[in-house]
Amino acid sequence: MLAFQILIDGFAISALYALGATGFTLIFGVSGVLNLSHGAIMVLAAVAAWAAASTLHMNTYAGALVGVAVALVAAFATYFAVVQPIQKSRRIPNEEKEIFVLTGTLLWGIMIQELIAFFFTNNAKTVLPIVEGVVDIFGVRTPKNEIFTALVCCLVIGLLWLMVNRTRTGKAVLAASMNPRGVTLLGLELTSIYVVVWAIYGVLAGIAGVLLGMFLGVSSYSVGPLTASAFSIVVLGGLGSVSGSLIAAFVVGYLETLTAYLVSPAYRTIPALLLLVIVMYIRPQGLLGRR
Amino acid sequence: MKNTSRSPIFWSLRGLLGGTALGLLTMASGQALAADPIKIGVIAEAQAIAGASIPQAAQMAADEINAKGGVDGRKIEIITYDNHSSSADSVRAFQRAVNEDKVNIVIASYISEVVLALEPWASRLKTPFITPGAASNEISKSVHSDYEKNKYTFHGYLTSAALALSVCDAAKELLVDEKHMKSAVIMSEDAAWTKPLDVGYEECLPKIGLKVLDHIRFSPDTTDFTPIFNKIEGAKPDVIITGISHVGVQPTVQWKNQQVPIPMLGISSQATNSTFGKDTNDASEGVLYQGVSGPDVPVTPKSLPFTQGFKAKFGNFPSYAGYTSYDEVYYIADAVKRAGSTDADKLVEALEKTDWEGTIGRIQFYGKDDPFTHSIKYGKGLITGLMLQWQDGKQVAVWPKEVAKSKLKFPSFIKVTSN
Repeated sequence: MLAFQILIDGFAISALYALGATGFTLIFGVSGVLNLSHGAIMVLAAVAAWAAASTLHMNTYAGALVGVAVALVAAFATYFAVVQPIQKSRRIPNEEKEIFVLTGTLLWGIMIQELIAFFFTNNAKTVLPIVEGVVDIFGVRTPKNEIFTALVCCLVIGLLWLMVNRTRTGKAVLAASMNPRGVTLLGLELTSIYVVVWAIYGVLAGIAGVLLGMFLGVSSYSVGPLTASAFSIVVLGGLGSVSGSLIAAFVVGYLETLTAYLVSPAYRTIPALLLLVIVMYIRPQGLLGRR
Repeated sequence: MKNTSRSPIFWSLRGLLGGTALGLLTMASGQALAADPIKIGVIAEAQAIAGASIPQAAQMAADEINAKGGVDGRKIEIITYDNHSSSADSVRAFQRAVNEDKVNIVIASYISEVVLALEPWASRLKTPFITPGAASNEISKSVHSDYEKNKYTFHGYLTSAALALSVCDAAKELLVDEKHMKSAVIMSEDAAWTKPLDVGYEECLPKIGLKVLDHIRFSPDTTDFTPIFNKIEGAKPDVIITGISHVGVQPTVQWKNQQVPIPMLGISSQATNSTFGKDTNDASEGVLYQGVSGPDVPVTPKSLPFTQGFKAKFGNFPSYAGYTSYDEVYYIADAVKRAGSTDADKLVEALEKTDWEGTIGRIQFYGKDDPFTHSIKYGKGLITGLMLQWQDGKQVAVWPKEVAKSKLKFPSFIKVTSN
C-alpha cells in the first residue's frame, strides 16, 4: 500500500519536474543561456491561468491556454529584451557575457516576481483542475488530476522528442546544440533557431507552470525555489543533456517523495540536495553530461 | 594658483550648524503647538492579504477620528511602511519611523518572527509598539520577564496559548458534544507561533475528550501535501486540528482534490481572508477556522459598521489583522486622550488601563504580574474568539451559539464519523 502510494505520487511529481527542467536544459544546450527567470515564467503562467478563470470567468481549458500564451510572450520578452541585447552588445566583453545573461535573467525574474506580488498579492493561487474527482489505483485514492498531470507531461516530452528527432526544424535545433558554427556554415540562420528554441521553451514552461498551478498551487514565493529546483535537476543530469535531466527529475522526484513518506515531510528536499553535492564531487559533469 | 575661497567643508559645516539650529527651533516651537498630529507608524506586509488590511484599517480609523475633530484638536496621521514580510526590512522601517518620521507609536505586522525582531527595538528606542496579528507567546512573556525594559511592547492579538484554548472550547461543543468525535491529529507548520500553539493543543485536546493520535509538523515551504494527508489518514482520526498561517491555500486545495475524508478545524489564517474561496477555487468549502470576527458576525455593535465600511472602501472584507488594527488606532487615540500626552511612558501607562469595546470584543491588557503581560485578555465578556466555516463561498459563524448563523456543513467527500 505504502509502496504503491510512493510509486504513484512520486511519478506525478517527477513527471512535472521533468517537464519543468526540459525547457531549461534545452535553452542551455542550444544557446548556452542559463535562464534564471525560469521560475518566474512558470509562476506567471499559473497566475495568468488562475486570473483568466477566476477574474475573467473563462473556462478551465481557455484559462490554461491563456497561461501558456502568457508564458510564450514572457519567454520572447526574456529573449528579446534581456538575453539578445546582452549577446549582441559590443560593450560587454565576450567572456563576460555569460555572467551578464545570468544576472540579467535573475533580475528579470525578480521583476516578474515583484509585479505578480504587487498585482495579485503573494498568497498562493491554484488553477482549477481540468479533470476533477478521484480514482482508486491498487487501493490508493488518486486524484484524476494527478494522473492527467503525469500523462500530459509524458505526452509533451514525447512530442518534443519527436520534433527534435523527426522534423527539419528540430534537427536544426539539435545541430545548433552540437555545433553552432557548423549550422551557420550550412546556411541556417542561428538567430532564427534561437527564436524557435525560445518559443519551444515558452510553451514547455507555460504547460509546466499551469500544471503545477493545478497540482500543487503557486505563489510569488515559488519563483526562487522553482528556478533552484530546475537548476539542480539540470546540473544533476548534466548541463544541456535533455535525457540526463529527465533521469535526474525522476531521481529527485522519487527521493523527495520517499523522504516525505518514510522520514518526515519537513526534510523533503534535503536528501536530493545532498545527492547533488555528492554528484558534484564524484562526477562534476552530472549524470549524463559531456565534458 | 592660490585658492582664496573657503574650503567646501567649512560651508557644509556652517550649513549643518545652521540647519540644526533651525531644526531645534522648529522642534521647540512644535512641542508647544497643541495641534501637532499624533503620528502612528504602520509597518505591515502590504503584499500579503492578511497584512494588506493592517494599514487600510488603520487609515480608516484615523479618518473617522479626524472627521470627528481628532483627539483634543490633534489629528491622527498614519505613516505606512511596507516590510515585504521581512524582519530586516521591518527593523529598518521601525528605525526610520522613530528617528526620521518621529512617530509616537507603531502598529506592526502579523508575523511573530517580525514582531519578535521589533520588540527589542521598541525597548531601545523607547517607542510604544502594538502588533495586530502575531500570536507567539514569547512576545508578551518577554514583557513579563523584563518589564522595565520591554514594557513598550503590547500584544494586540490573542497569544498562541489563548488561540489553542479558543479552538478547544469550540471543538468541545461542535465536535465532541454534537458529533461525538473522539480522536484528532494535529497538523501544524514549523514556525515561532505554532510552538506554543501545539503545546496548548496537546494539553487541551485530551481534556475535552479528543485523543491526539499523531502530531505532524511540516516546513512552511511545503508545496506537496499528499504524503502528509496520507499519513494523517493512516492514523484514522475523526478530525484534523490545524495550525497554519504561512500556508493555507495549497493544503486546502490538495485536501479537496485528494478528497481526504476527514474534516479540518483549527487556526488557518489564510481562511480568514474573504478572497480565500476564490484563491482556492472553492476548495475551502467546509473548512473550519478560528477567528476573532467575521464579515457578518456582530461580535459587538461596532463590528458590522466596520466590515461594511471597509468593504465599501477597499472592495474586500478585512483580514483578521484588519479588525485588530482598526481597534488599535481607536484605543491608542483613547489612551492619548487619557494620558493628555504622547510621551512614551505616559502612553504605556494609559494603554495598560485600556478598557475599550472594539470590533472583536472588549479589549483589556493583562497586567505586570500576569505571565502574558500586555497581551489582550481572553475570556467570556472580553474576547473569546469564534469558529467560522466556509459554506457556499461565504464565511459563516458556527460558534459560539450566541452569534452562530448556521450548523456545521461538510462537502460530500467528508465522512463525519467517530472512528
